[in-house]
Amino acid sequence: MRRMSLFNVTSLTLVAAFLYLPILLLIIYSFNESKLVTVWGGFSTKWYGELLRNEQFLDAAWVTLKVAVISSTIATVLGTMAALVLVRAGRFIGRTLFSGMIYAPLVMPEVITGLSLLLLFIAAGVDRGATTIILAHATFSMCYVSVVVSSRLVTFDRSLEEAARDLGCTPWDAFFSVTLPIIAPAVIAGWLLAFTLSLDDLVIASFTSGPGATTLPMRIYSAVRLGVSPEINALSTILIGLVSIGVIAASLAGKRSART
Amino acid sequence: MSQTSAVFAPWAEADAKPLISFDRVTKSFGGFIAVDDLSVDIYEREFFALLGPSGCGKTTMMRMLAGFETPTEGEIRLGGEVLRDQPPNARPVNMMFQSYALFPHLSVADNIAFGLKRSQMSKPDITARTEQMLELVQLKDFAKRKPHQLSGGQRQRVALARSLAKSPKLLLLDEPLGALDKKLRQQTQFELMNIQESLGTTFMIVTHDQEEAMTVASRIAVMDKGKIIQVATPGEIYEYPINRYVADFIGDVNVIEAHATGTDTATLTRGEGLKPLEASWGRLTAGDGKLWLALRPEKVQVSVDAPQGTSNALQGKVIDIAYSGNLTTYHVEIDSGQIVMAQEVNRRHLADRSITWEDPVWLSWDKGAGVLMRG
Repeated sequence: MRRMSLFNVTSLTLVAAFLYLPILLLIIYSFNESKLVTVWGGFSTKWYGELLRNEQFLDAAWVTLKVAVISSTIATVLGTMAALVLVRAGRFIGRTLFSGMIYAPLVMPEVITGLSLLLLFIAAGVDRGATTIILAHATFSMCYVSVVVSSRLVTFDRSLEEAARDLGCTPWDAFFSVTLPIIAPAVIAGWLLAFTLSLDDLVIASFTSGPGATTLPMRIYSAVRLGVSPEINALSTILIGLVSIGVIAASLAGKRSART
Repeated sequence: MSQTSAVFAPWAEADAKPLISFDRVTKSFGGFIAVDDLSVDIYEREFFALLGPSGCGKTTMMRMLAGFETPTEGEIRLGGEVLRDQPPNARPVNMMFQSYALFPHLSVADNIAFGLKRSQMSKPDITARTEQMLELVQLKDFAKRKPHQLSGGQRQRVALARSLAKSPKLLLLDEPLGALDKKLRQQTQFELMNIQESLGTTFMIVTHDQEEAMTVASRIAVMDKGKIIQVATPGEIYEYPINRYVADFIGDVNVIEAHATGTDTATLTRGEGLKPLEASWGRLTAGDGKLWLALRPEKVQVSVDAPQGTSNALQGKVIDIAYSGNLTTYHVEIDSGQIVMAQEVNRRHLADRSITWEDPVWLSWDKGAGVLMRG
């Protein structure tokens, strides 16, 4: 491999440090023996144990997981359908508007998405709780799925589907036995992306949740306001781990889908 | 035309029933007419070729047969039945796609068995049929491979096996050999013909390669702008093209414009001060008027000395010599200023060639060598 110039080494180090030093610090201090966050008291995993006994956190973790799994599944189905329409339906009236509207949430400030959803739920008289968070998360993560899936569909050879039809498949059969298996890596990548987005969302969840449904990021946020405890560090470390695994898996799946 | 039983020519038999018939079929996409009021009959066991430039409607005809397009007007019948309302999966027609369209997530064997699994066939029968097809295309050792682990030629054979597995009444081949290199293509053409003969399935091939159509087909339909210009056997198409378009599309040809007179033999006058030519009327009924003489380059002889005893001899000057190994094509400027191609088989070594650039030469041909066309 080519040796990097001094400039490249410096910029790489600076960027990496800027991005990951805080996170690294957090991870290190999650293994701190001392109760004081800023004073190193030796290595220990006791805060992780402590975490397991904290009912509030466990509840929040369960809610978060449930919300993430269900919302990302809904988002994947809807996002894939949207991608199919965008890529396949050709030119129809309002196509540009439709595609713009699907991709708009990508750049929409979360506060606005959260607020508008809150207003909608109030207007519709829906009781806020885990269900409303699921709906909200499905709404905003759907567009990410649709971006990932449609980029795969663009390169999909339509004659594969025609071949399936020619060999005796109904349109449904052709989709499920040929199209879906081939675009599966992209669909999985989209699901993982939606899953991680839901996992670490604070703003939209805060707007759309109600009593009894508190997600982990919300719990952490409220706990931190009372002071940072090593327990929070431990919890955050676990979350970081989960999100990293999700993102890496999504990008691996995406790479596979680009190859075939 | 009289037919002996040994010659395969159902189209010439009065009582033969066509397997497929296009009955005044028109297909338009928006304002564009892809197929224009087209009628043609195709018979069982035929290897029928649709030949034409891209955009002539040949692929649309094939897609209408497969069920991916519906005729705007007219009907297509298969064995007497109107196809219009049958979806692609219900037709006894299979297609081999230009891109092969092999399913990348399935093995070679699963690709071949794909259609069988969607029929009424039992599991053991499917396995047996798949084996049989693998054998037919000589890919037994590759059954477990995925398509991306195969060479282009092997993929082509998997696609063929897959489309033949369900024993369709009609197999459609969309530019099946387009992706192969020339050597492999020629070899595969013969394989295709052997398979077609041994199975007795009706094949319909779409191609823009006239050599390919000539080699494999029992009959060729030459198409242009959504219409069939001529349907005939390869020999017929080559020797008796009905107009300049067909003559020009199939092989190389010299077209000489002239005014014809005479009854037994046509006398062709090309212009003032130019030597008149002679030609047989051939299939045309005698009649005065403007027409064109199509003359294949290999039917024109080149010589240094004035030829004796031929009906047509013209003097000219060699402008270009195209040497292609087995053949040499001379481009000769004749008295009217037109360039006429004459082809010779190189029986001797190149070094012995006596004619070179700028040489004055004689071109000669028999009066029956060319064909007269009114269009």
